[in-house]
Amino acid sequence: MSDNHKESEKAYGRIHRRLFEGKAAIMAIATTVAISVGALVELVPMFTASSSLSWERADWVTPYTPLEVAGRDIYIREGCYLCHSQMIRPMRAEILRYGDWTRSAEYQYDRPFLLGSRRLGPDLQRVGGKYPDAWHYEHMRDPRSTSPGSIMPTYAWLLRAKIDPADVTASVVALSKVGTPYPNTDEGWVSGQLQQQGTTIVGNLSTAGITAAWDDEIVALIAYLQRLGTDGKAHLAQTGGDQ
Amino acid sequence: MEQTTSGTVAATGADQGYDMAIVKMFFTATVVWALVGMLVGVIIATQLAWWPANLGLPWTTFGRLRPLHTNAVIFAFGGNVVFTGIYHSMQRLLKTRMFSDTLSRIHFWGWQGIIVLAAVTLPLGMTQSKEYAELIWPIDVLITLVWVVFAINFFGTLAIRKVQHLYVAIWFYMSFVITIAVLHIVNSLAIPATLFRSYPIYAGLTDALVQWWYGHNAVGFFLTTPFLGLMYYYLPKAAERPIYSYRLSILHFWALVFLYIWAGPHHLLYSSLPDWAQTLGMVFSIMLLAPSWGGMLNGLLTLKGSWDRVRTDPILKFMVVAISFYGMSTFEGPMMSIRAVNGLAHYTNWVIGHVHSGALGWVGMISFGMMYWMVQNIWGRQLAHPKWATHHFWLATIGIVLYTVSMWAAGLMEGLQWRALNDAGQLANPIFMDITQRLNPFLWLRLVGGTMYLVGAIMMAINFWQTIRGPGAKAEPTPVAAD
Repeated sequence: MSDNHKESEKAYGRIHRRLFEGKAAIMAIATTVAISVGALVELVPMFTASSSLSWERADWVTPYTPLEVAGRDIYIREGCYLCHSQMIRPMRAEILRYGDWTRSAEYQYDRPFLLGSRRLGPDLQRVGGKYPDAWHYEHMRDPRSTSPGSIMPTYAWLLRAKIDPADVTASVVALSKVGTPYPNTDEGWVSGQLQQQGTTIVGNLSTAGITAAWDDEIVALIAYLQRLGTDGKAHLAQTGGDQ
Repeated sequence: MEQTTSGTVAATGADQGYDMAIVKMFFTATVVWALVGMLVGVIIATQLAWWPANLGLPWTTFGRLRPLHTNAVIFAFGGNVVFTGIYHSMQRLLKTRMFSDTLSRIHFWGWQGIIVLAAVTLPLGMTQSKEYAELIWPIDVLITLVWVVFAINFFGTLAIRKVQHLYVAIWFYMSFVITIAVLHIVNSLAIPATLFRSYPIYAGLTDALVQWWYGHNAVGFFLTTPFLGLMYYYLPKAAERPIYSYRLSILHFWALVFLYIWAGPHHLLYSSLPDWAQTLGMVFSIMLLAPSWGGMLNGLLTLKGSWDRVRTDPILKFMVVAISFYGMSTFEGPMMSIRAVNGLAHYTNWVIGHVHSGALGWVGMISFGMMYWMVQNIWGRQLAHPKWATHHFWLATIGIVLYTVSMWAAGLMEGLQWRALNDAGQLANPIFMDITQRLNPFLWLRLVGGTMYLVGAIMMAINFWQTIRGPGAKAEPTPVAAD
């Protein structure tokens, strides 16, 4: 090391030492300020853009129904988001493969968000309506029966496990507290909604020769999957996709 | 070749009034959780290469075990190794015992309790789904409490220190204590629905931005700054040379903590997050290269004049490779944050390879180097099998190379094949599963690399066990001259 280098090291050290190194509290405050600048600049505009802490809102997106909420909770429980993304990027190949790119408002009721970070399987953002209900039933029972070569685990227990209306009600109540507009959050109403939508799916399954009940977990999961991206698809078809 | 290690028997610290028992507790926990976390990693790597390994049971599927793997290696292995280093080096740097032995023990048992709760709840499917923040809200509350205990102990020790000057390692530890608290609290804000389930107060892309602000800074302030602190203390110890440049350490510390916090949105490029946020994330990620390489250079140049010892000392071997991987992955990261590159890399195995070059290469190797040095120092004994340390080093290094190279190849392949169009402008590979099938050989190669890394860690654990407990070890450590 040259003498010059040593000298400048010393000068530098004196200033820094005088300012921070002897004083732990000042060092801690300075560190807090340093990490706060970027955090405030990036996060605060997103918070203030909407009082309900959802960045973009549109009335063509409706909240998940109670059965879809139950299905979404199963999707989260099983870690589906670890292999399936829900974000179609504005690139030609993605739009060809998965459908129109995802608008931010389509996520407005997503708590938590489920964009995913890995595509071990295909994106699911617009999977709603792509396959019949029975396809999803078979796919969960044995993924390779519908998708040869799939590396997805089997999810046979979803065919047997039941959802609990009281539990789903607790979810609807909590979601309503953070701002999701539900007309009602009584267990009676939630239970009625669950039965009504579940029975429709059970009917669809029975035409394919599958016996299921409205409170089977698989029915809730099918309800959620069939919902994905459909609000956006309908809206974009209507407006020509210019926004 | 003669095998020597730099961690020669020296003062164990107990005679200087330091609390060495807590260091040994965290050290032991580190070794145990390292093996658990890496074993789960090998299991889920097997599941991706061969799906029947999911076993058809709810609690053994990939979707439930992957969070267990990430939490175990980051918070159980990574957390405990950082606490080991902090409790050991802080007492020496500040020439004082920790502020409170009781708080130290609450911190230790609280943290291990959190890990056990994580290991039970995650396979049961109890998760908030935010990556590296999956644990359910009651555990989040517990983490907050334990962190407060740790922070009181940390700042209390600073308050009673007998050395006024704060060495660079302490700055890095401090940024870890402060920033992790901020990140954890802001990202975990949620409304409980039941004891096991909650919904975040943020929705959609706001939730995504908060999560990746947290997620990327978990990398920055849990897996980078405290480990740089460890490097600044243990590398000069092992190399028996002072840090190369004091000025560089000041510059790269402040630049790193200021720039890191902005980088999160690079996880959301090409999403419908506002462009200004995406661009800020990209630009700051690219700028991060400078302070990251500042740290790497300060580490490597510290070895100037003692490179001959790297040939024979496995501890220095681990540290040099760790710092090199730190440099490599902090080059790769900014590159992958460039929008166009990210368009290809995002959602592919390339990201998995990148994460593991940082995790296995930097975090793992610097930890192993520190632990081989420390086991001899705090127990006052020579390593039982010095040669095994070198074998571990080579197994781990070759394992990482196999891992990252196979993931690069797989990631580029799937990224290119997903987007490939034919002459008619249609998808060249319209069936997703065709591409999945072609990745299989690389997944097996990755499994080989990961298994080698695990075998090396098992050798280390046996080596430590025999050093501490095995035949030939002295009943009482004999302190030699103080350092």
